[in-house]
Amino acid sequence: MLNRKDILSTIEMIDQQHLDIRTITMGISLYDCCDGSVKRACDKITDKISHYAEKLVSTGEAIEIEYGIPIVNKRISVSPIAVIAAASDSPDYVPFAAALDKAAKNCGVNFIGGFSALVQKGMTKADEKLIRSIPEALASTDLVCASVNVGSTKAGINMDAVALMGQIVKETAALTKDRDGLGCAKLVVFCNAVEDNPFMAGAFHGTGEAERVINVGVSGPGVVHHALQAVKGAPLDVVAETVKKTAFRVTRMGQLVAMEASRRLDTPFGIVDLSLAPTPAVGDSVARILEEMGLEVCGTHGTTAALALLNDAVKKGGIMASSSVGGLSGAFIPVSEDEGMIAAAVQGTLTIDKLEALTCVCSVGLDMIAVPGNTPAETVAAIIADEAAIGMVNSKTTAVRLLPVPGKKVGDRIELGGLLGSAPVMPVHAESSSDFVLRGGHIPAPVHSLRN
Amino acid sequence: MNAIVTVVGQDRVGIIAAICVRLSSFNINILDISQTILEGNFTMVMAVDIREANASFREVQESLNELGRDMGLSIRIQREEIFDAMHNI
Repeated sequence: MLNRKDILSTIEMIDQQHLDIRTITMGISLYDCCDGSVKRACDKITDKISHYAEKLVSTGEAIEIEYGIPIVNKRISVSPIAVIAAASDSPDYVPFAAALDKAAKNCGVNFIGGFSALVQKGMTKADEKLIRSIPEALASTDLVCASVNVGSTKAGINMDAVALMGQIVKETAALTKDRDGLGCAKLVVFCNAVEDNPFMAGAFHGTGEAERVINVGVSGPGVVHHALQAVKGAPLDVVAETVKKTAFRVTRMGQLVAMEASRRLDTPFGIVDLSLAPTPAVGDSVARILEEMGLEVCGTHGTTAALALLNDAVKKGGIMASSSVGGLSGAFIPVSEDEGMIAAAVQGTLTIDKLEALTCVCSVGLDMIAVPGNTPAETVAAIIADEAAIGMVNSKTTAVRLLPVPGKKVGDRIELGGLLGSAPVMPVHAESSSDFVLRGGHIPAPVHSLRN
Repeated sequence: MNAIVTVVGQDRVGIIAAICVRLSSFNINILDISQTILEGNFTMVMAVDIREANASFREVQESLNELGRDMGLSIRIQREEIFDAMHNI
């Protein structure tokens, strides 16, 4: 039998500690939408998504009401469009982005991900067309998210693609400069991208996935923070245990919602992603958890160790609570989307170099970081290469989502609104990486990729 | 199918009566009531059976919300499974 204390503590988590389901994401395969005619392909895409995800939002809302748990986002991920569009005769793939945008609006979802290409080993003509279409695709649509995988532990890093992505990020920022570079918030460059990630902007429905699937991302930095306030001054193993117990509870709720959504939508359940995803709201910050452990400001010495502990404990707690764990599953550190990170960056304690170090021990990478508008494309590419190298060598997913907004300088602030938040423009190194990036070619896979 | 009704707010005469009348109007049976004063607040947790309810979950919820507004209380109803999932293995 349930006891009163447990019931009231759950309600307090939801009411005061921002406990929520961050996203229910429906993955949809678009393989049967390939067509030589762009128009026919796009019509098939819009029709298929609109049909499959027709009830996604209403089902999500019904679950919210009945269980009393907010489900912040309902989203769709689709097969990488570079694969689907390859059959078509189109000179660019912007019409495919428009078709995705239309489908997303028909369904009422927040975002649709999958305007994507996987080029870790090499680029097909279609991959290159897709990548070159990204700036216009993101500027001319509202809900489409793009991602490009430029490296993996098995394949190494495609430095030609990295150099190209440096330019694409800059062009995307330029085309959306009137909206503070919003396009760049919808563009992720990955190493070791996962096929079942429910979180945007990097979600796509991988090539090894089923016809359609339901993936769920939980949240709960506020709940973890609150739980740690009860163990002030205790040794760090007590901290780890407390995080584990909290993560277990949060994930059990995610599993329940995922199973219920799967049943009601008659769609197989895929995974629960255990990531701790912050929002810009006060009390929903990963940085504040690290500070609760005893750091004066996030970014100071000790932050990497604290984050490593947090990230590991979240996984250990969550893994028993779900029948299938996947996606990115780690603590996110998106600067603009985390009130504590924003404060630490404004103060100057949290720097881009420290953020890079943090990505060695957590999910997922240099995320939602505003950099000066005059940052050269080669520097953006070099930052991507560094991050991809961390992912490649450590067999983990890493990503870069930078916003080099034209006209913005260090000390300025960009405003993206909503869950994307706002970010101070952070300095990058002025010294050139150009000759390194422009060599192009390929960084070979590390020796430990040869496991067979 | 069971649900949990929780009521939190300033204590006054007639809270339990009003809520029981409202639930009975929806043909919802009360299985268990636990009520106390916690840090000066009236706090009540009820387990109810909603299988035979004569209205949708949403309608019941809206009606209880309205009653809560009228009486200055926070009243919510949630499916029991969420609490089970979080607190029982």
